[in-house]
This record gives sequence, C-alpha cells and structure tokens, in this order.
Amino acid sequence: MTRERLIVETNTTPALPRFVKLRHDKGRDRWIMLAPERILTPDPIAVEVLNLCDGEKTVGDISNHLAEIYNAPADVIEKDITNMLQDLADKGFLTS
Amino acid sequence: MIEAGDNNSADLCAVAPMGLLAELTHRCPLQCPYCSNPTELERASGELSTEEWARVFKEAGELGILQTHLSGGEPTVRKDLEEILKAAVDAGIYTNLITAGVLLSKERLTGLKDLGLDHVQLSVQHVDAQLADKIAGFKGGYSKKIQLAEWVKELDLPLTVNSPMHRHNVEYLEEIIEFALKLGAERLEVAHIQYYGWAFENRHTLIPTKEQVYRNADIVDEARERLKGVMSIDFVVPDYYAVRPKPCMGGWGSSFMTISPTGKVLPCHAAASIKGLEFENVKDRHLRDIWLHSSSFNKYRGTDYLPEPCKSCEFKEVDFGGCRCQAFMFTGDATNTDPACSKSSYHKELLEIAERESKLAPKEFLYRKFTKQHQPAE
Repeated sequence: MTRERLIVETNTTPALPRFVKLRHDKGRDRWIMLAPERILTPDPIAVEVLNLCDGEKTVGDISNHLAEIYNAPADVIEKDITNMLQDLADKGFLTS
Repeated sequence: MIEAGDNNSADLCAVAPMGLLAELTHRCPLQCPYCSNPTELERASGELSTEEWARVFKEAGELGILQTHLSGGEPTVRKDLEEILKAAVDAGIYTNLITAGVLLSKERLTGLKDLGLDHVQLSVQHVDAQLADKIAGFKGGYSKKIQLAEWVKELDLPLTVNSPMHRHNVEYLEEIIEFALKLGAERLEVAHIQYYGWAFENRHTLIPTKEQVYRNADIVDEARERLKGVMSIDFVVPDYYAVRPKPCMGGWGSSFMTISPTGKVLPCHAAASIKGLEFENVKDRHLRDIWLHSSSFNKYRGTDYLPEPCKSCEFKEVDFGGCRCQAFMFTGDATNTDPACSKSSYHKELLEIAERESKLAPKEFLYRKFTKQHQPAE
C-alpha cells in the first residue's frame, strides 16, 4: 500500500492528486491550491504549468509547449519546471 | 483594526478569513482527556439547525472562506451531516471531515464522498488497541478506526491520521509513523497537545518530559527526509517547552474563525476561556458583520495593543505575541506576551511547572464529558 516518492523526469506525466484542488480565488483575484490544512498561492508561471498537468502530457511536452509560447529554450524551461514539480511532489501535492 | 467598507467586495476579500472550524456538535462517543472542546460543552438542544448551518456556509463562501473543517465533538453524530456538507460544497469550500471514525458506516462514507467531501482526518489515540481505547474512554474504538481507514482508502479518499501526542504515547512515535504509513495516510499529524481546557485539567497526567519531546523532534526530522513525497508529517511541540510562541491562528481575527455548535462565532476554538469577551451568534447577525465588526474579533486584531516585551520585539509581526488564551490563563491579562515566549517574565515558571509535573506519577484521567447541567438531550 505504501506509495513511493515521485521523481520528476522528462517522461513523467504529472497530475494533481485528487485531494489537491487548483482553483481561482475570485474574491482575492489569485490562483490557489487547496490541500488538507494548506492553502498555497502558486505564482502565475506555476499556475500555467499546473493547469497543463493533466496526467497525460509529459514534462517534456509541457516544456516544449511553453518554449514555443514564450520563445525560450526548452531545456532551460524543462529544468525550471522539473525543479518546481519535484518540490511539489516532495510536499505530497503532485502525482503521476 | 479593519476598516473595509462592507459593500466593497475587493476590500472585504483582502481582509477576509480563509479557514472555518465548524464544530457541528459537542456530542462525541469518545472522551479523550485532552479534548480541544471547552470544558463547558454546549448541549444538543441548543445546536444550530440544518438550515442555519446551510445559511452559515453560504455566508462563509461569500465572505471568502476557502476551507472548512467539519468537526465536533463527533460531526457524524449529526444525522444531517450530508445536508451540511452539501451546503459547504455548494459554497465552493474545500471540506475536511474530522472524525473519531467509530460511528461511520461504509455506506455513509460513500455518500459523503459522492456529495463532494474532499478529505478525511481520523484520530488515532495510540498504536496499541488497549491503550488507545483507554485514552479515548471507548471500548472497541481502535478496531473501528482501522476499519474506517481501510474504507477511506478503498474509496480513494485522502487520509490524514491525527495522533495527538502526550506522555502516554510519546515513546511510540516511530510506531505511530509506521502505523499511519500502513493505513495509507498521505499526511500524519503528531502535534503535541496544548494545555488548555480539558488538557489543562489533566496536565499532570499528560505532559511529557522535555527530553521525550526533543527525541520526538529528531524522529520527525529523520522520517520527513525518508518519507519525502510519500507522507507528510506535521509536528508541534508543547508550548511549555517552546522558546518562541506559536503564531496562534496566524494572528487573532486575521484568517480563521470557529463556529460553536450553538452558533457562537469565535476567533479560535479556545477563545471562550478568556473572561470578559462577548461572542456574537450567527443566528443574530450576518457572518461578514461579525467578522468585521464584532468586539471579540477586533479586540486583539493586529499588534498595536501588545505591551512590552512584544511592543519593541523584532518577532512581533511573526508570532503576534503568541496565544491570547494562554496569556490570559497564565497572567490574568490576555494582552500580555504568551508565556511560551522566552522573553515573557512568566516563561521560567511555565517551564518549571512542565518539568516538575512531567516527572510526577500519572493520576487517573479526568475524561471529557458533559457535566450534569450540560447533559446532552438525546
């Protein structure tokens, strides 16, 4: 039954676990992540990444997608995204 | 002091609360001697109705509340829990059921999940069945809790195991961590109990030694590293052995409120212990008005009222002087620095009490129960 630590790599297909809800907080005009006893306020770039974490796209797909939109090198983006997602995974807020 | 115009929703939300502890009832089959409910429990006959709770959650959602803990007592005692949960879900609020887990059937849990329940927090008093049942004052509770945890995982609901720590389980932290892992919990709360209310009455029997608490801290550090991304662990030391006070409620009246079974709106669940504070009721006034304008919420908002050593302290905006209830309990004045702070002149006394009592032979528990005049009407 014990889960294992998720190591985020290029071919990981990240998704939010069922108990984490990403939603727009209309009253305060910001995005929030709701989890047990936690309210996180991801920055706009993190929100964009998290909205792409559907359990089907890989980290590589997401990086390429954002690289195209922002006209930036995919490998740099992938490194940033991987760090961010690994941090979330270690807090228990990401699955695959 | 809050000065937002009531009709300006942007202003309102900038100062709006985020969390709501909903004590749906004070009735509970368990009798844990450290229960966080007040020693004067509220009786069933005065509890808010289904419609009143539904209105409260509608108002809470509009006010900006993002998360609620459906708690008690034991919230599943309420036969209308489903309707209350639905009102919270409809208001867009993240819902956490805080339960002792001894009354819930699989069918009912399934129903709650289908209504949109987000998370279950289950109390586990000990890893040893006999000791667990003794602490809870409820025979057979332990095996029912394990059964509930299995159903929670079968239904793919997220699970937090909550084991409040004290002298009678402090040496079992490693086993508790393994136990929670085996149950499949995503999160484990092993906060040491704080000594208010019922726990204060039982302090001599419950308080661990400083060495035991610090050993716990080391065990948690190691486990957090080992279980990174597998299970998160929340750990809190008892205030008596702290150096800095905890930023209670993230500051009085800044992001959190509690509603008692009869509808009293409190800045924290222990606030009724501060004599002289008057609390308003959701039956009389809109939740927003109570949050913004009630004397109990405004009294200790911000840090302007704090005397020395808080006044000139660099941590003033970090811990807000600590806990008002504890300041009142120990110094007789709720505006004082929390004695948990090493800068408080009462700090030494606090530590001495803890060190002395932690070495006394434990007495029988004074179990949490309704006193005769507060007997619940069934």
